[in-house]
Amino acid sequence: MARKTIKVDYLNRVEGEGAFKVVVRDGAVKSAELRIFEPPRFYEAFLRGRSYMEASDITARICGICPVAYQMSAVHSMEKILGIRLSEPLRELRRLLYCGEWIESHVLHIFMLHAPDFLGYDSAIHMAKDHGDLVKKGLALKKIGNDILNLLGGREIHPINVRVGGFYRTPAKRELAPLAEKLKWARDAALETVRLVAKFDFPDNERDYEFVSLRHPNAYPFNEGRVVSSKGLDIAVEDYDQHFKEIHVEHSTALHSQIVGRGSYFVGPLARYSLNFDKLSPLAQQAAREAGLGKTCNNPFRSITVRAVEVVYACDEALRVIADYAEPDKPYIAAEPRAGIGCAATEAPRGLIYHHYELTADGSIKSARIVPPTAQNQSTIENDLTSFVAGWLDLPDTELQHRCEQAIRNYDPCISCSTHFLHLDMDRG
Amino acid sequence: MAPPRTIVVGIGNIERGDDGAGRAVARLLRHMLPDSVRIVEQDGEATSLLTTLEGASAAYLIDACVSNAPPGTVHRIDANSAPLPQASSDLSTHGFGLAAAIELGRTLRQLPPRTVVYAIEAESFDAGAPLSESVVPATVIVADRIRSEIEETA
Repeated sequence: MARKTIKVDYLNRVEGEGAFKVVVRDGAVKSAELRIFEPPRFYEAFLRGRSYMEASDITARICGICPVAYQMSAVHSMEKILGIRLSEPLRELRRLLYCGEWIESHVLHIFMLHAPDFLGYDSAIHMAKDHGDLVKKGLALKKIGNDILNLLGGREIHPINVRVGGFYRTPAKRELAPLAEKLKWARDAALETVRLVAKFDFPDNERDYEFVSLRHPNAYPFNEGRVVSSKGLDIAVEDYDQHFKEIHVEHSTALHSQIVGRGSYFVGPLARYSLNFDKLSPLAQQAAREAGLGKTCNNPFRSITVRAVEVVYACDEALRVIADYAEPDKPYIAAEPRAGIGCAATEAPRGLIYHHYELTADGSIKSARIVPPTAQNQSTIENDLTSFVAGWLDLPDTELQHRCEQAIRNYDPCISCSTHFLHLDMDRG
Repeated sequence: MAPPRTIVVGIGNIERGDDGAGRAVARLLRHMLPDSVRIVEQDGEATSLLTTLEGASAAYLIDACVSNAPPGTVHRIDANSAPLPQASSDLSTHGFGLAAAIELGRTLRQLPPRTVVYAIEAESFDAGAPLSESVVPATVIVADRIRSEIEETA
């Protein structure tokens, strides 16, 4: 087995179009490439010239799974430029909306995309034949995430109720009550999910990652906080561009991100969890401990358990927000447009998402830049493959290939989101 | 026992040319069907679609498709008797979504007892384009056929 190439031309059970190729020579991994061939979509280009009020609705279209993440990073950027400070109820409602997206997105990945890997099925459809109740539970749990998006976002996919300064319409307290009843069931179902996935058989693969996520003094992060890392980074979001750089690589339409001077890093549930365990609710912490997780987790295969813990947290947090909710005086805080530069990072289900905008005096977007989580994780995914495959070379080819696919799915990659293209300067001599 | 529930689901993206054919049919049917029939529009994501079908006794799903037939061709598939034609990924622009939702529903015994798919052969999926001239008549034909089916089985 001196020469070996593991090649998958079309990755299943990920969002979007990607492929990977690992080349082995003389028992050593020579290269590992995650190829993203989803065409670039030029969102940043067509945001230019549009009103600052349109950014949340336009960027929500980038992804059907995590539109809230795009909306949140967009409106928070605009609010910084306009000098808007949200009232507490509006801030809380945005947390609730994000809870809905985490539930929806994490549950989809846990039950439909990732669990089949551990239970030995090709797809959720095959898994459903033997584990019908499990799939039904996943569907019911995901629906509660959709219900939150429906109520606060106006519809399940590409919500339309978020605006700069708050929401177009905010719910009355009584409207949230039925949601609370469903969320109590969901929280119990999420706890059962943690127990279930914790029993899966995890390959013993750990690496020394640089985890990056938001960190806030009072809360597990959704919309606010400083950007911190497990190797000592601790910066304001405004300094993101000084510490993170994007580079173009030949084999991908998505840019790769690097921490200046150190290289690849890791965003997503594992990073969030490992940097913010102390901010989880007591119930979520307890669920994590019972699942055998420590305060940090460096095994990406265990990300399914961490996602399940975050679903417990999202249900718990949603219930807290609903219980404490006081209707805001007005659904949004108005402000006049003005010229300026603003950026914001929030925590998408798949990890930190950074937006940067420049506005002109009339509120038109002069420039826009969006750094989605999957783009940031690309190098780390490739390094995982390079590192892990070396230990799996004795496996039969089909199993080795499956392990590689599973290693990629650990990141719940959202490939359609991650394709944003670099600006090209043509030098024709 | 709850009264029988009929649901119509138009699937697609109205901002991508003929991809919006299923949703165009749903919009036509809003003016043609009694209020007792639930009409929804979706993007076709499998789990949401399956949840939408829960508890229905009859479901009519309309989507755009590509199967190399002439644009505007109408395909009618009885989803209760067999899976969507293999290469269902070719059949539907949301191939994974619709076909997966139906197979998952079948496996979980959650498929409505009467599940009918109407697929309209698409010509173009250009961003921002309206429905093609070849597809517009097909949306009217499908709306009419669904109305007849619902009336006949009522």
